[in-house]
Amino acid sequence: MKNPVEIEDMSKGEGPLVHIRPEDQIPLPPPFDKIEEEPPLKPLSEGAAKNYECLDDTVAVSIPKPESKEEEERLVNLFLSGLRKLFNEKDNWTFLQPLLISLEHCAKCQTCSDGCPIFEESGRNSLYRPTFRSEVLRRIYFKYIKKSSKWVHGDIDLNWKTVSRLIELAYRCNLCRRCAQTCPIGVDNGLLAREIRKIASQEMGIAADELHKNGSVLQTKVGSSTGMNSLVVKDNIEFIDEDTSEKTGIQVETPWDKEGADILLIHNAGEILAWPENPGAFAYLFNAAGLSWTLSSDLAAYDAINYGVWYDDIQFSRVALLHAQAAKKLKVKKIVLGECGHAHKALIVIADKVLTGDLNIPRESSMTVLQGIVRSGRIKFDKSRNDFPVTLHDPCNMVRLMGIVAPQREIIRAVVPGERFREMTPHGVHNYCCGGGSGFAIMSGHNFADWRHHLSGRRKFRQILDAFQDEPMDKDHPKYVCTPCSNCKGQIRDIIKYYDAWEKAGIYYGGLVELMVNAAADTKPGYIDWEWH
Amino acid sequence: MVQIPYLSAYIAIVAFFIVVLARIVKWARMPMHLRWELYPVAHEARKADYGGSYLEESEWWNKPREVSLWGELKVMIPEILFLVALRENNPRLWLRSFPFHFGLYLITGCTLLMGVSGIAVSVSSSLLEGGFGAFLHYAIPILGTGGLCLGIIGAIGLLHQRLTNPDLKDFTTHADIFNLVFFLIIFGFAFATFALVDTDYSKITFFMQNLVTGNMLPLPGTGIDTILPAITVCGMSLLIIYIPLTHMSHFIGKYFAYHSIRWNDNPNLPGGKEEEKINELLKQPISWAALHIKADGRKNWVDVVTEIPKEDQK
Repeated sequence: MKNPVEIEDMSKGEGPLVHIRPEDQIPLPPPFDKIEEEPPLKPLSEGAAKNYECLDDTVAVSIPKPESKEEEERLVNLFLSGLRKLFNEKDNWTFLQPLLISLEHCAKCQTCSDGCPIFEESGRNSLYRPTFRSEVLRRIYFKYIKKSSKWVHGDIDLNWKTVSRLIELAYRCNLCRRCAQTCPIGVDNGLLAREIRKIASQEMGIAADELHKNGSVLQTKVGSSTGMNSLVVKDNIEFIDEDTSEKTGIQVETPWDKEGADILLIHNAGEILAWPENPGAFAYLFNAAGLSWTLSSDLAAYDAINYGVWYDDIQFSRVALLHAQAAKKLKVKKIVLGECGHAHKALIVIADKVLTGDLNIPRESSMTVLQGIVRSGRIKFDKSRNDFPVTLHDPCNMVRLMGIVAPQREIIRAVVPGERFREMTPHGVHNYCCGGGSGFAIMSGHNFADWRHHLSGRRKFRQILDAFQDEPMDKDHPKYVCTPCSNCKGQIRDIIKYYDAWEKAGIYYGGLVELMVNAAADTKPGYIDWEWH
Repeated sequence: MVQIPYLSAYIAIVAFFIVVLARIVKWARMPMHLRWELYPVAHEARKADYGGSYLEESEWWNKPREVSLWGELKVMIPEILFLVALRENNPRLWLRSFPFHFGLYLITGCTLLMGVSGIAVSVSSSLLEGGFGAFLHYAIPILGTGGLCLGIIGAIGLLHQRLTNPDLKDFTTHADIFNLVFFLIIFGFAFATFALVDTDYSKITFFMQNLVTGNMLPLPGTGIDTILPAITVCGMSLLIIYIPLTHMSHFIGKYFAYHSIRWNDNPNLPGGKEEEKINELLKQPISWAALHIKADGRKNWVDVVTEIPKEDQK
């Protein structure tokens, strides 16, 4: 049987290489099991198809079509120049060894494909194999950089179509690295997707606007990718404090710029705007537990996001540096990351080999701090307040990529009745990505949101539905998907909304701290309001 | 002419070790990279079973790290011997790949035992009398024939997969096919040798004893009795030279993929040896050309990270 698309097709023809056909996809569990009743994938607008380079039924990066052959040639040469730098010890010391090992040692056995939720949920469309984009990169590298024989490494033509499609294809991967986990050799196709994004950004200046222009650039310029400057964020937090005080019945005040505090807490600023109950819950819990903590109003220090982790080592380092500088200025003992998986991974782990000297300030997950609060007994929890079905989503960055697995479960056992909690299958370090990983959760240009609902987020939605199959699937029986990560929460919100799963199946979502405050015995009941926002 | 198999074997052994060593040095000398670990990390003493890490500890930097070598061995030994990751994640391919790899291990084991036998003879032929000699007498043909049978079955299975499985076909190059056919031909010659002219492995053991002791004596017998073993030795020698030159050297890459990347969770503690290396790396000039970087090959990492272009500040 011929695959719908083959590697050499990347350099041929015009327009999309594949189409997503609902009939190829596996139906979801009840009550969403009728594939014909699913919302159809919105087609790409004519304007987008005309103006931007297409790979499939959507556009993620919005790469404008070059106006001339000369421009195409210039861009292809720029790509090649970036590719050379990728293999240069000075330009890419950051990832050279992992890159080369993955590029040289893949046996192309496709074991990783079965681990990839996007490939599986696409109806096993070859374009979305973790190996497909890697193989294109590998062939270009061996043919055009190493000048090796196509007999050994396979053939591909390098032209603007190949380059633009490869960049788009690098944005069809969640970078969840589940594929790498299954690889018998240790090849990391997720890393290779990120390295392609790096060539595009660091050499060609091409990146998804949501990540670069409106993401890391805005953050280093204004302070947050939300656009909030320090005055606005303080204003918003003041409002959140008032709201939290009212909801809990206990006066809550968030400290700002407190020099010498033990903890600098950094939230994903998206929480402040979209889920204010999350920073409010943190403030309640930290105050009630008597912790010495503060927020910082310094540039970027009130927004933990670091989108560079998905596409650009320089932007990544710039943001990590700003976070560390703010902590140094306040002379805090440690930085604690709020409920944001990629921020955890970025600042605690990846930045570990960038921050030195007095910028190497200890960094810790909020999961362990919250676990410490539970263990200290300083806050009494009444589990009966959380008497509803709860399942837990494991954010890839925090769990598979950092090994923080047990603390959040210990917390849930302390605040949720044992019989009400159920794990997803699989869970822990073998979890599936929410579908919003690698920046997708904030990328909704053209019809990309539809693509992520139909493909990248479908496996997680399937897992959530499966986890609650023993419950009546209606709104009268509300269920809670505990999601201790801001980006994952955004994606899960979007997919619940897309399938109308709150109205049809009573599926609701929220963070971990909201569950904790909802069970805090000293507060007014009902912190979780079960209202769709 | 009788010396050709000996010379080819010597050349192969030397070439194999030089190339393998060169590859090890290549990977080991690569610059330190940013952390990119993937859990479970096998050396996490009490947490590896569920994939946990030391980052689950509050103020982990103030606590001693528990790194378990036994934890790594518990994963690595079954992985090397039985290809556990492949069995768990791709059982269909494992049915073909496992016999192929295990066959190689048995052939290697057989070769080493023949080498041991050669060393024993060179010390004193009496060493090969009694239990040890009997063990070698039976173990060498069992390992050799078992290894060749498994290797041939595995290679045929893998070749069949490469040629017929649509999931693999598009990713299969001419070299992938050549590699498997090459193995099949060499293993086929070896199998024919031991089935037809050297059923008790006495000729090949004699050869190995001479190889180890440096006596390049002609193999006993004439005609096909010596030609087939000679072809087998020369073919095996070619294979030994060829393997590390190709992506089949993944046995080296795999070590680094696991120990330098997947399981490399070494924290950069203030004043530690990692910090010194990082400071050196941060001083290196870079040349990324995008407008938000504008590195010119003179600015180093620190310069570029701390100087945000004016247009991005507006």
